[in-house]
Amino acid sequence: MNLVSSENVLEILNLKMYFPITHGLLRRKAGEIKAVDDVSFAIKKNETLGLVGESGCGKTTIGRCILRLYKPTAGKILFSGKDISNMKENQLRPIRSHMGAIFQDPYGSLNPRQTARTIVGMPLIIHGMKTRDYNDRMENLFRLVGLDPSMMTRVPHEFSGGQRQRLGIARALACQPELIICDEPVSALDVSIQAQIINLMEELQEQLGLTYLFIAHDLSVVQHISDRVAVMYLGRIVEIANSKELYENPLHPYTKALLSAIPIPNPVTERKRLRIVLKGEVPSPANPPPGCHFHPRCNITSGVCQTERPYLKDTGNGHMVACLRV
Amino acid sequence: MTPLLSVENLKTYFHTYRGLVKAVDGVSFSINEKEIIGLVGESGCGKSVSMLSVLQLISSPPGEIVGGRVMFEDQDLLQYKSKSDVMNSIRGAKIAMIFQEPMTSLNPVLTIGRQLTESMEIHLNMTPRSAAERAIELLRLVGIPDAKNRLVAYPHQFSGGMRQRVMIAIALSCNPKILIADEPTTAVDVTTQAQLLELMQDMVNRFNTALMIVTHNLGVVARYAERIYVMYSGHIVESGLADDIFLDPRHPYTIGLLSCVPQLGETRQEKKLVPIKGLPPNLINMPANCAFLPRCDYVCDACREKPWPSLESVGRQHYVACYREIRDKP
Repeated sequence: MNLVSSENVLEILNLKMYFPITHGLLRRKAGEIKAVDDVSFAIKKNETLGLVGESGCGKTTIGRCILRLYKPTAGKILFSGKDISNMKENQLRPIRSHMGAIFQDPYGSLNPRQTARTIVGMPLIIHGMKTRDYNDRMENLFRLVGLDPSMMTRVPHEFSGGQRQRLGIARALACQPELIICDEPVSALDVSIQAQIINLMEELQEQLGLTYLFIAHDLSVVQHISDRVAVMYLGRIVEIANSKELYENPLHPYTKALLSAIPIPNPVTERKRLRIVLKGEVPSPANPPPGCHFHPRCNITSGVCQTERPYLKDTGNGHMVACLRV
Repeated sequence: MTPLLSVENLKTYFHTYRGLVKAVDGVSFSINEKEIIGLVGESGCGKSVSMLSVLQLISSPPGEIVGGRVMFEDQDLLQYKSKSDVMNSIRGAKIAMIFQEPMTSLNPVLTIGRQLTESMEIHLNMTPRSAAERAIELLRLVGIPDAKNRLVAYPHQFSGGMRQRVMIAIALSCNPKILIADEPTTAVDVTTQAQLLELMQDMVNRFNTALMIVTHNLGVVARYAERIYVMYSGHIVESGLADDIFLDPRHPYTIGLLSCVPQLGETRQEKKLVPIKGLPPNLINMPANCAFLPRCDYVCDACREKPWPSLESVGRQHYVACYREIRDKP
């Protein structure tokens, strides 16, 4: 699989992130949690790649590896063509100014003792970009995300959930990054506020030419904002496709089940819809099933699925699926 | 047919240092036998408080049920004290509740067997042995494998979805007439959510129980609920049959809610989301007129001058609290 291309902002090659399970007083290693197990994908400039999956499937871990908050166990992370997977902290710092991050919890991700101005301006200070036009830049950032610059002196608790998430977005934009990792940016917000934030993120992308990795568990939100969507299950990507294609023609049995489980706010279509209810629960990533991770819950499984691991294969048009039975 | 439970003009206020919070301000709804009802609204709109008020689980102070009637089995439950024998014999036995967080609503230091049998021993006067037998049967019904051995397990040994199944088993253990599920699936994944909702529908059919699903997710109730109530800032703004609410919404808030959630299969190139402008109101010292006014696209003079509109009929079983008659939607 040749992913290397100059227009890709980010390329992930065979990324693995294993966390040790330690045991006893001496912290002996007793096992491993394979949070991310051999994942590859690429994001083009100005594109939004959605990453969906249920809790514990490793989607947040991928985001953190890209930001190099974790050092990956194996694999390559190419950011603008440079491999950052093995870089040291001092090499990483200048690169991190080209990446932004928006986090899930707008309550926990802002320091309650700092003013909005300090929170948003901190990346500029850290990266030595606090120049003479700092004040103007701050005002512009606030206006960009739809906040009144007069709110700058307030502290986080004086903002509502949606406004806090706007602050988080302003902070992510401060250094004019190319890539923004959005980790569940709207899932903590009320539905009427979600739409405001999604629209803001879409407008900012068009205005500033941003590239998003949009991580979320809500497939209808991901599908709306993304150009392509990758579906993860237990540390592996099981399907990547154009977002329209993924909805109209899902190939992997897990994607099909996931799509059918999402409630649609229309009673007429909803009552007619066939719902695939998955058996059992997601297995523990410390002890994943052999072969295809999904086979114990799959409705089209066969003997070969228990032993052989499926790899992503292209079925045309960039629609890739990892299933032996497709 | 008289409804099984009918709540009339319920008012629950909270007295806080910063002012009076009218969390529930004149809410009326009813549940018929074997019916599945949805109560929908955003966080802070008073939907949980209304349910807790029915069971008198509001801590007082600061909360106070200041008015209204809760008619159940020909008597007004609000005439009894929260800790009276009558309320104790209804709570958990005739009206049971499933709470949002299966992590915190189960006692971590008691086995799930104990938590299941306790209410049966109290409400049904069962012996510990027969209660344990029924507990095993209930766990099997809600789909917990190896039920017999799981009785001695503690809540932390179950996953989130499994814990919610245990909660469902506990709630159904005394054959309640009404089951109130307060955000039963917010803490779980979508595939588990689908499992749990199917299970709840199965169970209420099997036990002939009426079900009230309280949720912020319109999609969750679309499939199951026969009737839906939409709540905004302590008031019911629209109620009606599920089809009418979803396909012919008349209140600006309901219309807004439906158009601001992304639909599966719609990409942003095809349809931009239409958000509801502004923020949900702060409930402290609210003005007397419609609380949706600052966010509404259909404001007229009456909205500004008159108090909050009352629910008016706009069709069969379809009621809307709005001064404007909204027929042509954008």
